[in-house]
Amino acid sequence: MEAIKNFINACAVPSRMFPVIVLLFFFVFPVNSFFEKYNKLFFLDRLWTKKGGIFLFSTLTMFLSIGMLDENFRHTVSKPDNLPIVGLIYASLFFLWVALSQARENDLRLEKNEKPKEWHDSQEKILVWPDLVSIELIAMLFALGFLFTWGILVDAPLEEPANLATSPNPAKAPWYFLALQEMLVYFDPALAGVIFPTLIVVGLMAIPYIDNNHKATGYYTFKERKLAITIFLFGWIILWLFMMVIGTILRGPNWNFYGPFEYWDPHKVEALTNINLSEYLYVIGLNMGLPGNIFIREAPGIFLISLYFIGGGFLLTKTVFKNLFKSLGPLRYSFFLVLLLFATSLPIKMTLRWLFNLKYIVSIPEFFFNI
Amino acid sequence: MLDKLKKLLENIRQTQFVRSIFRMGGGFPRDVRQRMFVMLNNFFMHLHPVRIPKHAIKIKYTWCMGGLSFFIFLVLAVTGMLLMFYYRPTVEFAYGDVMDMNEQVPLGIMREIHRWGAHLMIITVWLHMFRVFMTGSYKPPREFNWVIGVILLLLTMLLSFTGYLLPWDQLAIWGISVGSNMAAASPFAGTEGPGASLLKIGSINFVHKGADARFVLIAGRFIGEAALVRFYVLHCVVLPFTIMIFMAVHFWRVRKDGGISKPL
Repeated sequence: MEAIKNFINACAVPSRMFPVIVLLFFFVFPVNSFFEKYNKLFFLDRLWTKKGGIFLFSTLTMFLSIGMLDENFRHTVSKPDNLPIVGLIYASLFFLWVALSQARENDLRLEKNEKPKEWHDSQEKILVWPDLVSIELIAMLFALGFLFTWGILVDAPLEEPANLATSPNPAKAPWYFLALQEMLVYFDPALAGVIFPTLIVVGLMAIPYIDNNHKATGYYTFKERKLAITIFLFGWIILWLFMMVIGTILRGPNWNFYGPFEYWDPHKVEALTNINLSEYLYVIGLNMGLPGNIFIREAPGIFLISLYFIGGGFLLTKTVFKNLFKSLGPLRYSFFLVLLLFATSLPIKMTLRWLFNLKYIVSIPEFFFNI
Repeated sequence: MLDKLKKLLENIRQTQFVRSIFRMGGGFPRDVRQRMFVMLNNFFMHLHPVRIPKHAIKIKYTWCMGGLSFFIFLVLAVTGMLLMFYYRPTVEFAYGDVMDMNEQVPLGIMREIHRWGAHLMIITVWLHMFRVFMTGSYKPPREFNWVIGVILLLLTMLLSFTGYLLPWDQLAIWGISVGSNMAAASPFAGTEGPGASLLKIGSINFVHKGADARFVLIAGRFIGEAALVRFYVLHCVVLPFTIMIFMAVHFWRVRKDGGISKPL
């Protein structure tokens, strides 16, 4: 048992778990025919059948219930303020399955040139009283019952009185902001705390104006909106939920990483070996001191960043997004591309950190400007 | 006996008093005409259309998440008002008042319902957004209602965030510290943000610890009395009012943009 726990702890380290999950994501949600082939080959499309759903839920429940036998796991998961996270993992998996199982059903219909099943239902009109109001009443009573039960069973947390002189270790934001706090590991506060949240909000608002595929409205489908759904799910599952779960459950004292079955030892020492690109280049590469002029010092980093946005943008436009550029038009497409490049910069920066201990690509602490 | 009771009820329903309250004359709608009129003639029902396509009542399609978000908001408003009777937003009393609600009230679970309700509302709002995306319901003519929805999502999280400080315990103050420190990193507007040190004439800084985004948020250089009052007013007055206005527009737009999304 200990060996299995240690194995899971070792696997859960973000630098190992993250690439695996990202890779798995693209096979589970195949964006093109290449991934689709392997999706079918490994029976991943069966996840959205009834059997697949039972498999997903029993696996998750088994992991959680066996995990609860472990003291350290129980300690982190059953903290009152962490309960919503556990609920959210279940709820988001359940509704992901609900959405994609219906999408699968509809896609099979559409392949046979049939209308989606929502279309048949929507042809018939019914009266709101009593059909809808009764459902609303039942839903309200369920929600109220659920809240009362939760309120009776679990006390709302109340810790020691507020004291600015003793800081808890770790100091965590509320769980719904922990994806942002987790981003702080990889980015400067200005980016992780202000610019990225702003871009998330702007990006969400921009969705209906960027997506000009107007046909698939009012029914669940995957095949008709592959790219839109894949991008949204990547943001929602990987960049938001996954980061939030890491931030809540797997980050302990000093914001160090702790496996799910690991004791939160405040004395765990992590080597601080992260260095900037400029230090890599001048100090390690050229064996000299850092140049005094900020622009000479940071020129390589600035070059790389512009290469990513301009060169990367051109490359994507010329290759994978060739058709998309045509269908979206220049204005829509450039908004889409900039938002996408910002979103993918997070996994890219994470990978660079793990591979090269890279702290910042551009680092100008004189003006609090770091990328 | 039962007939007499029915007759009595019918007589009561026909009185001037009851007929003046319920525009329909009270009573349970029994035929199609009455079922339609109950939607039109009742303020609390007129949010609804009279007829809807059948797929709109399938839980598999709607997941009920939007409606539940609104309902939980109402639960939070009611429990929040009850909590306001017993809570004083000062450093001296805040913690003690919350402690009293835990220790002194027999079977008191209002604070629990308020806190867990807040968590639940965030989850339902996220899932509502997920459902709307997965059914492609943000597409024309509903684009702008999606934008309003994103604003509502933001306001929900801000409401939860401002409420987090009010118990004035360690969890509250340090949770908010982490959040408000981010404001200090805003570009140009925060002391530790990029570009802020450029905004100066000679040696006079325009952006300093006493005048930056973080200061505006917590009304001081550290989280204290002023921050508590500021978060209290935001949580109990400013944000609920704002979210109600956006909610009203959101619901109105659902109707005006053609009701629930449906396949063409």
